[in-house]
Amino acid sequence: MSTLVIKNLQVSVDIEGGTKEILKGVDLSVEQGSIHAIMGPNGSGKSTLAYTIAGHPKYHVTGGSITLDGENVLKMTVDARARAGLFLAMQYPVEIPGVTVSNFLRTAKTAIDGEAPPLRPWLKEVKESMGALRIDKAFSDRNVNEGFSGGEKKRHEILQLELLKPKFAILDETDSGLDVDALKIVSEGVNRAHETTGLGVLLITHYTRILRYIRPDFVHVFVDGRVAEEGGPELADRLENEGYDRYLSDASVG
Amino acid sequence: MTSAPAAESVVLHGNKAHSDGGWDATAPSVVPVQTRSDRFKSTDPSAFPEVLGFEAEWKLTPLKLVAPLINDTLDGSIYEYSATEGDGVDVAWVDRTDARIGSTGLPEEKASANAWSSFEKALAVTISSETHVDVTVSRSGLGSAARGAHTIIEAKPNSISTVVLQNNGPALLSENVEIIVGDGAQLTLVSVQEWDEDAIHLASHFATVGRDARFRHIVVSLGGKVIRLNPSTHLVAPGADAELFGLYFADAGQHIEQRVYVEHVAEHTKSRVNYKGALNGEGARTVWVGDVLIGAKAAGTDTYEQNRNLVLSEGTRADSVPNLEIETGDILGAGHASATGRFDDEQLFYLQARGITEREARRLVVLGFLSEIVQKVDAGELQDRLKLAIEAELLGVSV
Repeated sequence: MSTLVIKNLQVSVDIEGGTKEILKGVDLSVEQGSIHAIMGPNGSGKSTLAYTIAGHPKYHVTGGSITLDGENVLKMTVDARARAGLFLAMQYPVEIPGVTVSNFLRTAKTAIDGEAPPLRPWLKEVKESMGALRIDKAFSDRNVNEGFSGGEKKRHEILQLELLKPKFAILDETDSGLDVDALKIVSEGVNRAHETTGLGVLLITHYTRILRYIRPDFVHVFVDGRVAEEGGPELADRLENEGYDRYLSDASVG
Repeated sequence: MTSAPAAESVVLHGNKAHSDGGWDATAPSVVPVQTRSDRFKSTDPSAFPEVLGFEAEWKLTPLKLVAPLINDTLDGSIYEYSATEGDGVDVAWVDRTDARIGSTGLPEEKASANAWSSFEKALAVTISSETHVDVTVSRSGLGSAARGAHTIIEAKPNSISTVVLQNNGPALLSENVEIIVGDGAQLTLVSVQEWDEDAIHLASHFATVGRDARFRHIVVSLGGKVIRLNPSTHLVAPGADAELFGLYFADAGQHIEQRVYVEHVAEHTKSRVNYKGALNGEGARTVWVGDVLIGAKAAGTDTYEQNRNLVLSEGTRADSVPNLEIETGDILGAGHASATGRFDDEQLFYLQARGITEREARRLVVLGFLSEIVQKVDAGELQDRLKLAIEAELLGVSV
């Protein structure tokens, strides 16, 4: 059973004329197989946490640690983190012109596993996952994210999640911009991965809507770069009714 | 004009004149605006003034390296070639008196005129087959003495073909290639430059495209010290359609230039121009100039041209100059675009976040960038071979 441990994490980004501290000491521990929802208002640092775990060069860690089963994640390159079992489903996946989805998926699977997957079982698995996510067959021959609708991009992210079988997935506002049907399809995909591979999930969201379909074991509320409150699923229900106002006034006072 | 190193830079129109010269230039040396079709033409090299290197036509070219092709006497004798055979295809040397010579255009610069005045016989590829036929004409033994050459490619009315001009070996060559696309014909012409690394090659292609004919012209330049290939296409009858593609990869010290000209003469003609290049290594240099002229009688013209350059290292320079001249406003559409940029860091991050190493991610991005053009090459095994050739070029790219 793997564990992802974040301790006193402090992260800044370069801005015009200096740096800005975004995460101000985040503590979080995620066991494989558990589902954690990270909620919070815009600008609270949720996405910064996601991209820092994945290793985006824009974010500078100024203090604290991230470890995966004791291994220092911060010392790993972006691709080494993915191979160690971390997966980030991105909010705005970029287009890769001239690289087809099938080529991309096979290349990524080969990189993660350290060897090319046997062709027939792989094609069967891709076909089944695409079917379950209601992704058209013709998608395989399209270039990665090129001309995809918002919903198609999100389903393509979850397709990768199902095929690459990471230990931990960070879903960065995967629910944003999805209609209810697409939200259900995407949520089912995450739940399938959770059940079949014992995936640990960090579900980053502004809204409680997706939590109707993916039930979290824990809820963490982010405010101004820190975890302001933690609890079980009942905390999400409370946020649904009350919103974030309570935390914002706390933050401005304290 | 865009030059590297620079972050992603896109030419935005309306902000200022192009650095190539324009309405806000004050220098007296600026060449006055001249309609592209009014350029001086002659088959006699002595009719052109001495080339000094400041001329708009030559200022981006390494003049010292190409000077022998402009000023020296060229060997215009016939050379060895090999051609694949097929029904409805004829490949033969023809005399200078052949009626097709000079039917598509005339030299607009001195090196082209020098080649024109020197060739003894022209190599003529004539296609009459009305079912698709593939023809490959290969040259690899041109030698390193200064040469002039002339080629005619005639696609007879309603013929369908793909013609590959495959260039390897040493060369110090100036040549003219005339392309006649007859009414209703479909011709794909692929010119592949995989010369030895010290080869120097200047070429002017002149094409006329007839009524309802489809012409696809693809330039692939990978090997050679200097390659300058300037294709002119004249859409002379209604319904003529031209697609002009280019793919180039300049390594350290390599100069690859293309000056593309499309003239919409007749009404209801269509053109698309898309050139993509990668530059890697100190002194890697590329030039793309794209001229489109929509003539006064070319109502209903539909045209778009673009150039994209991907810069893979320091010390490179890519010039990109799109020009559009419109003599009638009654058109369907006309546009152009140019962009030169480095690797997109977000693309690399996305691929790496899926476990793919940085080196492999770069390889995927470059191959993807160029594959748009490679995918247009549908000539037998050539597409696969070009993919391998580009992969070989990428071995020289450091991470």
